[in-house]
Amino acid sequence: MLIGALGIGYGFLSAPKTIQDVETILAAESHGHEGAHNAHAVEKHDAKAKAEHEEHLTHVLHQLENKPWAALYVACIFFMLISLGALAFYAIQQVAQAGWSPVLFRVMQGVTSYLLPGSIIFFVILLLSGMHFNHLFVWMKEGVTEVGNPNYDHLIAGKSGYLNFPFWIVRAGLFLLVWNLYRYYSRKNCLAQDESTDNSFYKKNFKLSAAFLVFFIVSESIMSWDWIMSVDPHWFSTLFGWYVFASFFVSGITTISMVTLYLKSNGYLENVNSSHIHDLSKFMFGISVFWTYLWFSQFMLIWYSNIPEEVTYFKTRIEQFNLPFFGAVVMNFIFPFLVLINTDFKRITWIIVMAGIVILFGHYVDFFNMIMPATVGNQWFIGIPEISSILFFFGLFIFTVFNALTKAPLTPKRNPFIEESKHFHY
Amino acid sequence: MSNKVIHAIYNDDDVLMDAVKQTKKAHYHIEEVFTPFPVHGLDKAMGIPPTRLAICAFIYGCIGLTVATTMMNYIMIEDWPQDIGGKPSFAYYQNMPAFVPVMFEMTVFFAAHLMVITFYLRSRLWPFKQAENPDVRTTDDHFLMEVAVSNNEDELVKFFEKTGAVEVKVVDKH
Repeated sequence: MLIGALGIGYGFLSAPKTIQDVETILAAESHGHEGAHNAHAVEKHDAKAKAEHEEHLTHVLHQLENKPWAALYVACIFFMLISLGALAFYAIQQVAQAGWSPVLFRVMQGVTSYLLPGSIIFFVILLLSGMHFNHLFVWMKEGVTEVGNPNYDHLIAGKSGYLNFPFWIVRAGLFLLVWNLYRYYSRKNCLAQDESTDNSFYKKNFKLSAAFLVFFIVSESIMSWDWIMSVDPHWFSTLFGWYVFASFFVSGITTISMVTLYLKSNGYLENVNSSHIHDLSKFMFGISVFWTYLWFSQFMLIWYSNIPEEVTYFKTRIEQFNLPFFGAVVMNFIFPFLVLINTDFKRITWIIVMAGIVILFGHYVDFFNMIMPATVGNQWFIGIPEISSILFFFGLFIFTVFNALTKAPLTPKRNPFIEESKHFHY
Repeated sequence: MSNKVIHAIYNDDDVLMDAVKQTKKAHYHIEEVFTPFPVHGLDKAMGIPPTRLAICAFIYGCIGLTVATTMMNYIMIEDWPQDIGGKPSFAYYQNMPAFVPVMFEMTVFFAAHLMVITFYLRSRLWPFKQAENPDVRTTDDHFLMEVAVSNNEDELVKFFEKTGAVEVKVVDKH
C-alpha cells in the first residue's frame, strides 16, 4: 500500500505540466527510429504546419496528464467492482437459497467489506473529475455544449440531457449509497440471525437481497454507461452493461475463491471442503466463458457491420492496444477454459490459484482496455503509475477484507441451510 | 461346472447400498446390480472406475473445431476468395469473427453427438436390442444384485439373507 501510494505520487509528479515539457518528451522519444519522421515535420516551417504541431502537442499533453489519473481510476473502479461482483454473487446465493454456500457467506461479506472504502475513494475521484482536476471525461470539458465555443461538440451537446455533471454525480451517489446500504443491512441481519431464536432475520435478508438484485441490475447497467462508456461519449453499445457485469462478476467470484483458499489453507474454515471449492471453480469457469461470449458478441456485431461511428472504438483498440486487447481474451478465456475444464483440476489449490491470478489480471487488463484508449490513447504504458495504483488499491483491499474477516465468526450459526452446507458434497 | 449366480433382491436403495458394501467387504464378486433409477454413490461402493466419456467428448470437440476450420478455410479463403460485402478474405484470421459461430456450433455438435454414440456403443444400446433385465420388477421398484457362485452356494444364500434381501434366488446362467 505504501509503495503504491508513493508510486501514485511519483506518477502525478512526473506527468508533464506544459506543452514545452511534451515537446522535450517527444523529442527524446524521437531520437530513435522515429527521428526521420519528426525531422521532416520540423522542416516545414509554414504557419499551418506549426498550428497543427501545436494542436498535436496539446492533444498529447492531455493524454499524458490523464495517465496517472486514468491509472488511478482503472485500479480504483476495478477493485471496487470486484467487491460489488462479490456482493451480487452473495445476494444471488441468498435469493436462490443455495444449499452449498452458507459456509462461505462470511468470506463473501469480508470481500464485500471493501465496497465502502472503495466507493468513497471512487466517489472522490468522480468529484475531482467534475471539478476539472483531470480530463478523464471529455464531455465535462468547458464549452462542449455551448454553440460557437471552440470546444463545441454537436454530438455531446445532444446527449447533455443525460451526460451533465449534476445528474451524473447524483446517479453515482445514489448507486453507491444503495449498494453500501444493502451490504450494511445484509451483514447486520446475518449477524443478528446468529443470535436470534427464529428465522425472521433470514427472511428479511431474503427479501432485501431480492430487492437489491432488482436495483442492482438497473443501476449496474446505468453505472457502466456513466463511469465507463462515457469516457468515449461518441460511442455507444447496447450490451455494454452486461459485458462490464460479466467482467467484474467473474473477478468477484475469483476473489471469493482465492480468499477462501487462503483461509482454508490456514485452517480457519474447517467446514469448507473440496466440493465447495469445486463449485466456486465451476462458477469461475462458467462466468469466464460468459464474459467471452459477451466480449465476442459485442466485437463481432460491430466488426461485421463495420459502421464507421461504432467501429472506431475497436479500431483504436486493435491498432494501439493490440496486445492488451487480444491478451485479455487469452487470459480471460483460453487459459481458464483449458485449465478449469477438468473436474479434478477444479479441486487442486495451486491450479485454482494460478487460474485465479490470471483471471484477475486479465480482467484488470479488460478494464484497462475500456478506459485507457479514450483517456491516454497511444500514450499508454503499464508503468509506475499503473502498477503502483494497482498495488495501492490491492493493499487497501487486502487490509480491509482481512480486517473485516476478524470481526465475526467465519461460520454463520443459525442459517437455515448451514447444516446442509456443512455436509455439502458434490 | 454350472454357471450359477445368486440374485439377491432388495426393495430399498439404502439397504442395497449397505448390502453392496458388505459384499465387497466379504470379497464376493458382484457381477451386476440392477436398479430402477440411479442410486447415488453406488458406483463408488461397487468400486467401478470413473467414466472416461468426458475425455472422449473433449477430443471430439477438438475434432469438430478442426473440421470447421479446415472446411471454411478451404471454401472461403483458398478455393474461391470472393469479395462478399467487403469482408476481408485474404487470410483466415482476417475474416475469423464471421467464422466463429460455425466453429463453435461444429465443436458442440461433434462433442455432443459423438459422445452420445460412444455411450451407445460402450453400453451396447441399439433399437432392436434384446432387453437384459433378469427380473421385470427391477425396472419398477426392486433392486437386484447378481453375485457369482463358486461351490459356496449355501454360504452365499445365508450371507445374502442376512443383508436384508427380500428374496434370494439361485439362478442358472447360460
